[in-house]
Amino acid sequence: MKEKMRCDTRAGSVLLAVILLAAVGGLSARQNESPGQRRGSRDPKVGYDRTSPLHLEHSCSLLPVSGVCLDNDKIELLHVQGNVYMLAGAGPNITVQIGDKSVMLVDAGIPQMSDKVVAAIRVLTDKPIFFIVDTSMDDDHTGGNASLASAGSALANAFGQDTSTITASKLSSGAAIFAHINVLNRMSAPTGQKASAPEEAWPTDTYESDDWRFYNGESVYMFHVPNAHTDGDSIVLFRGSDVVSTGDIFEPLISYPVVDNRRGGGIDGIVDGLNQIVELMVAKDDEEGGTYVIPGHGPICDRNDVVNYRDMVTILRARIAGMVKEGKTLEQVKAAKPTLDYDGIGHYGATKDAFIEAVYQNLKAKNP
Amino acid sequence: MLKTYRSYVIGLVAVLATGAIPLSAFAQADFSGGWVTKMHEDAPERSDGPEIGDYTGLPINDAARMRADSWDAEELETLEHLCQKHSADYAPRGPSNMRVWAEMDPFSKEITAWHTEMTYMLPQRTIYMDGRPHPSQNALHTSQGFSTGEWEEGKMKVTTTHLKEGRLRRNGLPRSPNATLIEYFIRHHDVLTLVADVEDPAYLTEPFIRTSSWVFDENFRFAPKHDQCIPSASVPHSKGYVAFHLPGKNAWLTEFASKHGIPVEAARGGAETMYPEYQLKLANLPAPPPLPEKKQE
Repeated sequence: MKEKMRCDTRAGSVLLAVILLAAVGGLSARQNESPGQRRGSRDPKVGYDRTSPLHLEHSCSLLPVSGVCLDNDKIELLHVQGNVYMLAGAGPNITVQIGDKSVMLVDAGIPQMSDKVVAAIRVLTDKPIFFIVDTSMDDDHTGGNASLASAGSALANAFGQDTSTITASKLSSGAAIFAHINVLNRMSAPTGQKASAPEEAWPTDTYESDDWRFYNGESVYMFHVPNAHTDGDSIVLFRGSDVVSTGDIFEPLISYPVVDNRRGGGIDGIVDGLNQIVELMVAKDDEEGGTYVIPGHGPICDRNDVVNYRDMVTILRARIAGMVKEGKTLEQVKAAKPTLDYDGIGHYGATKDAFIEAVYQNLKAKNP
Repeated sequence: MLKTYRSYVIGLVAVLATGAIPLSAFAQADFSGGWVTKMHEDAPERSDGPEIGDYTGLPINDAARMRADSWDAEELETLEHLCQKHSADYAPRGPSNMRVWAEMDPFSKEITAWHTEMTYMLPQRTIYMDGRPHPSQNALHTSQGFSTGEWEEGKMKVTTTHLKEGRLRRNGLPRSPNATLIEYFIRHHDVLTLVADVEDPAYLTEPFIRTSSWVFDENFRFAPKHDQCIPSASVPHSKGYVAFHLPGKNAWLTEFASKHGIPVEAARGGAETMYPEYQLKLANLPAPPPLPEKKQE
């Protein structure tokens, strides 16, 4: 299939970025632009009509709209809001924030896709990647750390600086990798022992509870949710753009939340985290729009989607907790099908056994 | 087989809705203007609302029943759900009048999109007629979804994806975000009929087809929208409160059956309960339990 593609990669990718701005359902006010209004609108950067199917067909023969022109059939780049984009198809979603001088990423994806991630970012900007934030220590979130960091540039302690003052002469090679302290603890190892990840992939900077920074022209708030998906989860709010990156606490339509008991996760932490995300968000109109969310995996969401997921997780936790309290075995709990009413949504059913087992073990450990 | 049946039902409904008179050359109808709802179909459900535990005549599966059994009506009063907009498949079912307007290409004069707005909570839809593709699965889902339209023999067929989670009935019966909504807008003189087919692999075993009608009113006007819905809970709860019933703990599930003398099994719904043959089975089902006596105050 790739051999058959004759589209210009860069032109197609630019097309992808701008077409998605306009065509993707409900992504910002652009969706409400009328076809008539938009037919005459031209993106000043690329100089063509954003919405004409003719251009779609000319530039890339593979529909529907997706990142097919990025020299692979997986990567997809969607504008979320403000300075923030979502890059899908490289494992988990990768958040891309583009400021005046540089690029910040939330999560690095899998290493096999790093070249394509960089290529996708280059569609939007030539600015250097300065910072990568890992929302957990999961391999699919940190696997691209080393390669993406090496493709970027670093400035000592730049995360605390207003990047409007950054000049090329201050740059050195390699982007900074930022994460909760437990991510570093779990990826590294004491001298002489084998670490779970290569040193070049380890976080270069860590925090413990929460962290406010002014970066790339807006306030960025990172906070830790203890014992949720793991014991090193971070949630990132881009306050100016009004977008939240959640990591794997929230995986709408893809999976029940993954409670990683072996690495300090817990179902109550996930419920707490989801409630904290809901608290951060403001709906624009009748529970829609306003703050948008980039989940660990899954589509772009708004507050209503997080609320529905929070409701589901709260209800399922209560059902399993009730059975644990009654002294039921794991097999009895599974046989009772406590997730039946949600299994058909998205791909949840494929993850039900792992979810029930993890929640059961987690609650059982708390109430032996 | 299922698809054949669906085509048959939709075709039959569509033919009936057009008065069985073929439109000459199948002209593209003009839907522009104000439309006042006709509530003669399913009026109790669409006005007062369905009773708790009334799943009759719906092609639902066990997952939908379990979800509805767990539903607590208090959810409608919780802060995060109070202002939730009615979805594209649900809004036309309410007592909602509708305004429709077209968008036209300034040069070709082709209609590039239809817009609709309902009176209750003012949800607006855009139905793109310019052949654009539906967005990827990574795109936002919305209450109105993403709709594209095309003309089929004088009827406008609309396909909607990217819907947020919604409801089949206002008693907890869910409609999942996996669902596809297929609609036919049919104008017959001053009557507009909407044939809506919800296909939801998560909660339905067969296509769920309903019709709704409106009458053209050239004097129809929308009331001004004074302010947006601002949620305010009538009963305060702690943050993160979720209203629901645990399995086996919902005491109201058989009240509907008892009140109306319907066998409990029939009230639980399912595709079988949609068809006339079910009456034969109905006659042999046990009577519902009596309503619990009200406590003297």
